[in-house]
This record gives sequence, C-alpha cells and structure tokens, in this order.
Amino acid sequence: MCYLTTVKHSMFYWSFGIVLALLALTAPAALLLGFLGAMAKRSQVAVVRWIGSIYTSMVRGIPDIIFFMFVPIALGQGIEYVRHKIKCPDVTEPIRQGNDFVVCAAAKFPLGSADQWVHQTYGFALATVAFAFVFGAFVANTIDGAMRAVPANQLETGHAYGMTRRQVFWRILVPQMWSYALPGLSNLWQILIKATPLLFLLGVQDVVYWARELGGSKTSRYEYPHGDWRLWYFMVLLVFYLLMTWGSEKVFRRLSTRFARGQATQAGQQHLEAKA
Amino acid sequence: MSCLQTLSEYGLRSLGHGPRLLPRGDITLCDQIVLIGSGMIWNIYFAVLALTLGFFLATALALAKNSKNRLLRAPATGFIFVFRGSPLFIQFFLAYEAFVLLPRAGIEIDLLFVQITAETRWLTRAAAGALIVLFLNTSAYSAEIFYGALRSVPRGDLEAADAYGMSGFSRFRKIVWPTMMRLAWPSYTNEAIFLFHATTLVFFSGFPAWQQKGDALYYARYFADQTFNPFIPYPIAGAYFILFTLILIMIFGKINNHLNRHLAREQRIKMKLSTRFYRRNAVPSLR
Repeated sequence: MCYLTTVKHSMFYWSFGIVLALLALTAPAALLLGFLGAMAKRSQVAVVRWIGSIYTSMVRGIPDIIFFMFVPIALGQGIEYVRHKIKCPDVTEPIRQGNDFVVCAAAKFPLGSADQWVHQTYGFALATVAFAFVFGAFVANTIDGAMRAVPANQLETGHAYGMTRRQVFWRILVPQMWSYALPGLSNLWQILIKATPLLFLLGVQDVVYWARELGGSKTSRYEYPHGDWRLWYFMVLLVFYLLMTWGSEKVFRRLSTRFARGQATQAGQQHLEAKA
Repeated sequence: MSCLQTLSEYGLRSLGHGPRLLPRGDITLCDQIVLIGSGMIWNIYFAVLALTLGFFLATALALAKNSKNRLLRAPATGFIFVFRGSPLFIQFFLAYEAFVLLPRAGIEIDLLFVQITAETRWLTRAAAGALIVLFLNTSAYSAEIFYGALRSVPRGDLEAADAYGMSGFSRFRKIVWPTMMRLAWPSYTNEAIFLFHATTLVFFSGFPAWQQKGDALYYARYFADQTFNPFIPYPIAGAYFILFTLILIMIFGKINNHLNRHLAREQRIKMKLSTRFYRRNAVPSLR
C-alpha cells in the first residue's frame, strides 16, 4: 500500500490536475473562439465570412490529431521566427537551411538556459492553444447552427421595433441561442474530456505518460518491484474518464432544464406546465 | 530520382514493399506526397473494415438496447456506455497491454479430441488489434445513433405493419429497419467521417509501426521530424484526408438518396454539411 504513495506516484496524481487544468483553460478559450467564428460567419464583410467558413468547415475534413501535432510546432517556430527577426536583425543567413531551422541563440524560446519547468509550462501552453483552436472550430459550428435555429420572425420583430443590427444580435439572438446551443455544447464538452489524453502526443507528461512509466516493470533507470502493471494503470484511467463523462452528463441535463425556462420550445412549455 | 521512380519504389512502402530505409537527408516534395499517400492505405483499410463489420454489430446492439428483456438490454447499454464514455486513445492502450499480456505461445484449447492452439501474437499487431478496437468503438457509437432512430420510427408505420399481419422478423426487415436507417443516416455519415479520422490515432497509441509501416500521419510526423518543417507534410496529410472525406460523403449521400427515394421531394432528409452538426438528435461522434 505504501508503494502507491511514492514521490513518483504523487506526480501521477498531479497529472490528473494537468488534465483538469487543460479543461479549465481550453473550455472558455474555445467558447470565445467559437463565438467569434460564428460571428465571422454572419459578418457582412465577405472576406471575414470566408475566414469564418474555412475555420468552421476545416475540422470536418481534416482529423483533429493533425491539428494537435501541427499547431504547436508551427506556433513554436512562428514565435522563434519573429524573435529572430527582432533580436538578431544582423544575421543574414536564412533560417531554413536544408533540413534545419536555425535561429540565433537569443531568439530561442524558451531560452536554452531556462529551467525545466519553464519548458514544460511552455509545452503545456502550446498544447492548450492547439486544443482551443480545434475545439473553437467545433464550437463555432454548434453556435452557428444554434443561431440559425432561433426563429427568424423574432429577429424581424426586433428590426420592426427599430433596433439596429447590433442590438438585434446582442439582445435577441444571443440570449435565445444558448438554449439551442446547449445540447451541442454538452456533447463537445464530453468530446473535449475524451480528447485530453492526446496531450501525451504533444510531449506533455500527462496521465498517459505516467501510466506507461509507472506501470512498466522497468524504465531506463529504475526497476519497479512489480511486473507489467500497465493494464491496471490504464484501467484506472478508463474508470476516471468514465466517471468524468458520466458526471458531466448529469450536470448538463440539469443545466438544460434551467436554460429551457421561458423559451418557446417544448421543454420550456413543460417547465411552465410544471409550475402551474 | 524522378517522381515516377519514387512512386514505384515507395508507393506500397506502408505495406512493407520497397526499400527498407525511408528517405532521409534530401527529402523532396514528391517523397512526402508518395509516402504519406502510401500511408493512407492503412487509414482506408481500418475505416472500411471497421465500418463494415461495425454496422452489423451496431444494429444488433441497438436492437438489444431497445429490447424488453433485461438480459439483452443491460449488457448492450453497458457496452455502449463504456466505449462511448471513455477516450479511444485509452482504449487503444488498454487493448494493446491486454493483448501483450496474453501468453506468447498461444492459448491451448482442449476440445475433447483435438487440441487447438489459438495464436495470440497477431493481436499485438496494429492490423488486427487496432482493428478490433476500432470495430468495437464504432459499433458502440453507431448503436447509439441507430437506437435513437429506432425509437423515433413513427408509430403509424408499426400499426400499419400490424394491420397487414406482419410480425417478428419480416416486420423488422421490411418496415422498421429501412425507416431506422433512413432516420439515422445523416448522423451515421458523421460517425463514419469521424471514425475515418480517428484511424490516425492507431500508430500513436501503443501499437508499434513495425518496420516503419505506418499510416499517413505516421509518415507526416516522420517528415516533420526529419525536415523540421511542419508546413509541408501536415498540409499534405490534411489534403489527403479532405479528399477521402469528400469521397466518403459522396458515397454516403448516394445511399441517403437511395433510402429516401420513395418519399416526396419535400419530405426527404437532405444531407447538408454545415448545418448537420447542430441537430437535436445528432450526436457528433468525434472521439
């Protein structure tokens, strides 16, 4: 029993915190990006509309995993490229030399001399951006659909009362849209939970990493006092994720009855009848 | 080296034909396009087989979940819950570790007179092991979709079937099943797309790419690591996936038209890409 309380294991338990942190950071960022994406799709400017359409439809054609791998590297190289241009303007050699990506030492980010934790945090931050980017696109799809589902005559009524486009958007469309968006958003939240183990692919020391490390009978440095326990560690992860999705489904069911209040939908009607 | 030569050498590299060493050093655009395309063979292999096999298990599971018999309903509901509630990534790892733990020599089964040795080694290979996981996974997701459609088969249809004296299997085959398929089809198309995309996970989740025989994303990542330039291989892989996703949508659209052919034009279920994501009954089945 004492074995499960070693320092290594405390890192395994901490890594569950990493999963939760990722969820806590990604969800609001993706909501914001998704909202912007959906707004862009309704824009009056054609170019903005195209950007919105490309952003929302690309996740349907390209696997999310490709984005998870592409975005962090591309972003990291982008940051170093910009820093190179600013910090070492007198270096004339090209940055891409054959199969190398060469920036001057001062432009490295994080700096080569930085602590281990800085590198890890940076890796985690890049991963968060990648997640927010992909899930933002999914959220944009959902919110766009929800905005279309709001009865058009409600918006027309707003216009008839002399409201501006902006007022109709913020006072009529947005408040009503949430109830239509909620089922889709709840699905996306579940999907986001289930996507968190992909952090492992991005080199973050997450639950999958530690389950592999601790479960194996030996690593490069230590030999654990047990055989191959990886199966059991992954079993624990499976149960953890099942509990997460099951729990959040319950929460969302509650939320959706809450949001149905005062809506001209079947659920809203049931709400009224229950009260009467 | 001309591009045609590259194609003939590396075109089937993902299946093990061609040079043992992958191109390194001077990597041309042609190398990348050919090898990543060669990797797509695996993605298509996994998607086609898992979807075809999964379709039947999914139908059975949906019926079982809708059954009045608890002995059928409970296992089906549990199976769907476990596979839909947990990440596919973890399922791959779990399955791989489980397959590895099976005895190496195989399991000996005594059947009174004959002794059968069940080989288990092949299960640790991606081609079989990962296929089993994908098959079970898509069955669970599709079963949930079919179950939802089954529940919304119009009562009038069933009453009409009763009035004609249909019952049991003929009622199911002639009345329930076609309508269930028709209602489920747009969501099922979604599921097929996302299963196809999920095949990219296989070679990053425990299952080793033996002799560097991998899928499209495996090669894309290889090139990104070698050239340190993610801006070429990943877009190539993305383009391949867009192409095959469009083909998949086309095929499923044809089937959808076939399923709706008896209806008046305005009653038909149309498949539209953009708005399909939001549907109260549609379950986006990304894993």
